[in-house]
Amino acid sequence: MSTAVNTQKKGGFLAGTANYLDERVGVAGILKEFGRKIFPDHWSFMLGEVALYSFFVLLLSGTFLTFFFQPAMTPVIYDGVYGPLKGAEMSIAYASTLDISFEVRGGLLMRQVHHWAALLFVAAAGLHMLRVFFTGAFRKPREINWVVGFMLFVLGMAAGFTGYSLPDDLLSGNGLRIIDGMIKGLPVIGAYTSSLLFGGEFPGEQIVARLYGLHILLVPALILIFIVIHLFMVVIHKHTHYSGPGRKDSNVVGYPLMPVYVAKAGGFFFIVFGVIMLVAATFTINPVWNYGGYDPSPVSAGTQPDWYIGFLDGALRLAPSHLEVHAGGVTWAWNILLPMIVGVGFLAVVALYPFLEAWVTGDKREHHVLDRPRNAPTRTAIGAAGVTFYAALWAGASTDLIATNFLLSLNNVLNAIQIILIVGPIIAYIITKRVCLSLQRKDREIALHGRESGRIIRMPHGEYIEVHEPLDAFEQYKLVDFKDYQPTLARPNAQGKITLRARLRAGLSRFYFEDRIAPVSQGELDAAHHDHAPAVTEAPKKKAVTAAKKPVAKKPAAKK
Amino acid sequence: MSDSKSIASGKGSHEPEHDYAAGLAVIASDKVADPGLEPHRVRMTDKSVKHEKAAARQVAALFLASVVGSIFSIYAYFAFPLSDDLGTVRNNTLFMGLGITLGLFGIGIGAVHWAKTLMPDAEVAEERHQTRGSEEVRARAVEIIKLADSESGFSRRKLIRRSLYGALALFPIPAIFFFGDLGPNPKDTLRHTMWKAGTRLTKDPTGLPIKASDVTLGSVFHVIPEGLADLEHHKLEEKAKAAVLLVRLDPSELKETAERKGWSYDGIVAYSKICTHVGCPVALYEQHTHHLLCPCHQSTFDVTDECKVIFGPASRPLPQLPIAVDAEGYLIAQSDFTEPVGPSFWER
Repeated sequence: MSTAVNTQKKGGFLAGTANYLDERVGVAGILKEFGRKIFPDHWSFMLGEVALYSFFVLLLSGTFLTFFFQPAMTPVIYDGVYGPLKGAEMSIAYASTLDISFEVRGGLLMRQVHHWAALLFVAAAGLHMLRVFFTGAFRKPREINWVVGFMLFVLGMAAGFTGYSLPDDLLSGNGLRIIDGMIKGLPVIGAYTSSLLFGGEFPGEQIVARLYGLHILLVPALILIFIVIHLFMVVIHKHTHYSGPGRKDSNVVGYPLMPVYVAKAGGFFFIVFGVIMLVAATFTINPVWNYGGYDPSPVSAGTQPDWYIGFLDGALRLAPSHLEVHAGGVTWAWNILLPMIVGVGFLAVVALYPFLEAWVTGDKREHHVLDRPRNAPTRTAIGAAGVTFYAALWAGASTDLIATNFLLSLNNVLNAIQIILIVGPIIAYIITKRVCLSLQRKDREIALHGRESGRIIRMPHGEYIEVHEPLDAFEQYKLVDFKDYQPTLARPNAQGKITLRARLRAGLSRFYFEDRIAPVSQGELDAAHHDHAPAVTEAPKKKAVTAAKKPVAKKPAAKK
Repeated sequence: MSDSKSIASGKGSHEPEHDYAAGLAVIASDKVADPGLEPHRVRMTDKSVKHEKAAARQVAALFLASVVGSIFSIYAYFAFPLSDDLGTVRNNTLFMGLGITLGLFGIGIGAVHWAKTLMPDAEVAEERHQTRGSEEVRARAVEIIKLADSESGFSRRKLIRRSLYGALALFPIPAIFFFGDLGPNPKDTLRHTMWKAGTRLTKDPTGLPIKASDVTLGSVFHVIPEGLADLEHHKLEEKAKAAVLLVRLDPSELKETAERKGWSYDGIVAYSKICTHVGCPVALYEQHTHHLLCPCHQSTFDVTDECKVIFGPASRPLPQLPIAVDAEGYLIAQSDFTEPVGPSFWER
């Protein structure tokens, strides 16, 4: 032991520090385990990183804002520098928001950084979810991590909404008014819940302070915990990689954490932060001073929530008239309950989808190679239908702006979106599935017969043919390496009965895999090459030359 | 190289049931062979010392640009102070922000450039391990659980176990009651507003009373009850229920049911401004159609027809405030609203 200490100390300050840390927290073991961990490289893997880094930016800018913001709704007379509101009665929360904007150097910048980062956080998390969905990254063993990620998305919306409501301006107050109306519409508990939340009648003087507690403590703490779980599971599973030559379910192909990923991902944090900072420095967001403090009587036209709440607001707008039912002395506010059920139901389907697909395929193997979306046509089509459904709800939140900007009738716009909400997903499903199958056929064609070269030659007997350039083995493998499933039949169980469950599963398996394009097999490949052997001769040599260059590389990769 | 096969062998021979693990997957017997990792593509910086040195200079230049940006933002903090002139806010925000942006971009782009040009870019493969533990590990885990169970007697001692379940089930219950004082029982507060017989209609927000003769044909007034503007407490709560919209129409255009014949005055009608959908103020009046539109969710109400819903998600008409005129010619309420205003709730 003592000899080890002595030899280490010779290395100077850095080695001394490393030795100090290793002898106290075992840092050498940690480095040995994680230092050369391999991460695959793809632009789409950065979406989750963007969300993570936006969250860091939110923590930094949010902490700054807490030093100046006062979450109290006690009315005061404004006496700050913003002329148009001088002498107006407003809450302390709103007045302190104005002070941050106009009387703290960098205050407006930080407010805008915080708001833009919040919008980016939810957007990046949403896109990351879409990437995970369309590539099948949620399959075993990552189903639970999908649910964790889903929770992060929902918590992101919760953080956004609680934060949006804090400045107590006219717009955010109206947002709370809508929440109050929705809560009051709940059966049995509605009026009581509203009274508990607002500390009495709406708006009361409690809600901002209560939301503040949630916004700066509970919600971010939960987000942080879920992020830790999310990333911990990434370490356990190792990252997925796209299908391609050399990429298997049993390996992971990419660059080592140190130094490449430390530089790339670390640098990327600064780039994300820089983009948020640039946008915040140059584009106004949520100019609360234009709206005035909250007052239940006025409202401005064209009010809109932050983008991620849009789909819920749209659901409220798209509900048909006269849904409310009065029966037995009580009120069923279906015009509120139905949109809530649609919104929550949609999210529930998103959260549970991996388990549904796992049940249908019955595939208990671990999947670490990602699907190209075209190679899972039904899943991709379901995703497209879901995106269309969400988009229709989202567009529903802008019916008034669509109508005024495009000079259309508001009524027609709303009715059109109501129809799109129902019909759009079906059309999206059909089109996407056909497109996927066509792309798969095209892949098959290219794998078997090569790429069209545009070169026409005339055969001795007068026939014209186009020369097809064969692919090299690497490109070809990318087109033929995917998993293939086939539908099953409902089989009787041990008692000789065909259960409803078995029937349902068989039906779903038909729905998923009835239309399928099988990957090209070696036999098919050989047969195809045999057919037009003369055209094939050149290309493999070309690749061989490139391959031969490999050892010449000046800095060969660190060999394992 | 078959995925399914590699996993199959990876799982080990302990599991005879493994044949079923692939579910509906087609196990390809004639899969195209995996050619292995693509050969590394050599970069210019790998081949030429000149390019390598240039890249190193670029990285350093980017880091130095970051230094400049950070220093500039500190300079901007002092050089662009805030004053009563609101233009100073713009300069302060813009220049500090741009300085920090450069400070961040310099580091970020520099680091990524470094990684992409100068660090090795040949992809490396690493083996994965099955997520599930090996059979020995799993056996040991089971053993530990069993040991814990036998040592504590958790399964054996039913009395202890069940009484613990009971205690654990009950201990969070007090916390639920603790939230009881978050707000009062709403009782009938949702059914009443400030309006009483004889309360004058006054302008929002000045609180000046309105004479019937001031309300010209086609004009609209945003109305609050007299005394609301002077309230010390609960001003916004009262306003959130009592806000009213006053419109004068040609009496011949009004379709009034028999029981509401006396609720208007010479074509002047007053309706609650709080939307019966989720409570936004229904503040947009379209004069030539006599429609009231809620800007939040576009519920539309027909003022000529007792504010019935003609479009949008609302279900109920806006409640009408019965009005009259007092001896001095000012508009007054005949009574409170005859039904709860605002969004629906269970007991209404």
